[in-house]
Amino acid sequence: MSSALASLAVVLLVAPVLPGLIARTKAILTGRRGQPVLQLYSDLGRLLRKGAVYGTATTWMFALAPVVVLATVLCAALLLPLDGRAALIRFSGDAVAFAYVLALGRMALVLGAMDTGSSFEAMGASREATVASFAEPALFLALVVLAVLTQSLSLSGMLGSRLVPGVEGFRMAAAAPFALVAVTLFIVLLAETARVPVDDPATHLELTMIHEVMILDHSGPDLAFLLYAGAVKLALFGSILVGVVVPRASLAPWLALGLLVGGLVVVAVLIGVIESVTARLRLTRVPQLLVAAATLAALGVILVLR
Amino acid sequence: MTQISDFLLLAIVLVNFALLGATRLSTMIRAVAVQGGLLGLLPLVLHGGPSLHAVGLAVGTVAIKGVILPRFLTWAIREAALRREVEPRIGFVGSLLLGVVAMAVAFAVAARLPLPPELARPLLVPVALATVMVGFLILTTRAKAVTQVVGYLALENGIYLFGLTLTEQVPFLVEIGVLLDVFVGVFIMGIVVFHINRAFDSLDAEQLAQLKD
Repeated sequence: MSSALASLAVVLLVAPVLPGLIARTKAILTGRRGQPVLQLYSDLGRLLRKGAVYGTATTWMFALAPVVVLATVLCAALLLPLDGRAALIRFSGDAVAFAYVLALGRMALVLGAMDTGSSFEAMGASREATVASFAEPALFLALVVLAVLTQSLSLSGMLGSRLVPGVEGFRMAAAAPFALVAVTLFIVLLAETARVPVDDPATHLELTMIHEVMILDHSGPDLAFLLYAGAVKLALFGSILVGVVVPRASLAPWLALGLLVGGLVVVAVLIGVIESVTARLRLTRVPQLLVAAATLAALGVILVLR
Repeated sequence: MTQISDFLLLAIVLVNFALLGATRLSTMIRAVAVQGGLLGLLPLVLHGGPSLHAVGLAVGTVAIKGVILPRFLTWAIREAALRREVEPRIGFVGSLLLGVVAMAVAFAVAARLPLPPELARPLLVPVALATVMVGFLILTTRAKAVTQVVGYLALENGIYLFGLTLTEQVPFLVEIGVLLDVFVGVFIMGIVVFHINRAFDSLDAEQLAQLKD
């Protein structure tokens, strides 16, 4: 219990470092100096001290969206076994709750974007919904593989399990599905957190944005909430990935926590490298990538059900 | 050894999906070359360690399926000045989903086949069936002559895989399978000679009689 609480606190604290690490990796690989790694902390502090500006066309939905987004992401964090053992809140089927609590936040964000009445924001909202609807089957197929392998419907059972290869020797029967699930989850992570090749967070044109265009009209504390929620969401999906690749159930709590933070850093650097060497996919090809990710997970399902 | 062969077989399955999702001719050819190379490595790890027969088979397969035929195909594309895009009749997403269905059917069927005990390897038969089905899928849904050759190669890779289960008992069967590659060669020559740019004008098999030298 105390280790779960400590892990949650650490993840919530270090989450804003991850976007900074991605930006720094990109900067180094493209021969620039780049922003400080801790930039997002100062941004958040500055934004929280400012006031929010609301357009005359917006209603309460627009103001509600950032709060719902942050609240749902924090709720989802409670369901994840961040210390590699058990989550603070766990019940059978909490994997489904995790996916749909995050989907609730996304719905609020989409409605808030459409509330502004800007055609660009509505376009970003529709794209976000499209990408999400393709990412969802991939995520669930990956969770099915984990559920079958670990005989558990709870995220704490799936990711806090000792069945993972490496603990009880390298088990071929589980290694291949786990590898497939890891790749699928990484692609889902890229889609859910709006990174290249699904979405380009550094784009400057509203026409090509997906996630960035939806937060254009938000300001002050609202924008801070959205930025912080985005960083935490990245950390959450990163820790799912770390949970699948590195089993930590039988390690000492401090070591498990250290591995989680180290794993998150590796994930951030990996995202930075991918963003440096690939271009954003054409919008019509994004569903194809996500269907391919779902295909890998489906292959994993076939292998574990065989 | 079983672990290595299982990983090779899984890699072959992944290449199947790469073939279905590829949007460029060169990607498809590279994928089928990788599949040929993986197939060539399989005899070395199956049936308990490399024998002289297995090494010969491996070298021959890698050379023909992994190097010569893909080079030949690439040359044919340049020679016939083909357009480089794959033109699927069923979209890429649909193809991938059909590939998953084929995969599931292959595993379901392989589990019910009354196989002799020496064939009861967990992955070999289902992967062979899946590769045959993916080959058929590419053969029927990709409009271009070159992509149909690639589909035929994948189909033939599946047949070769099926033959591999029997290498110890019937060594000839697999080697005769390699001869099917000669037909692929003739196929590619036809494309180059007649500059078949997009698709065969007719599916009339009678016209094959005109393939004289």
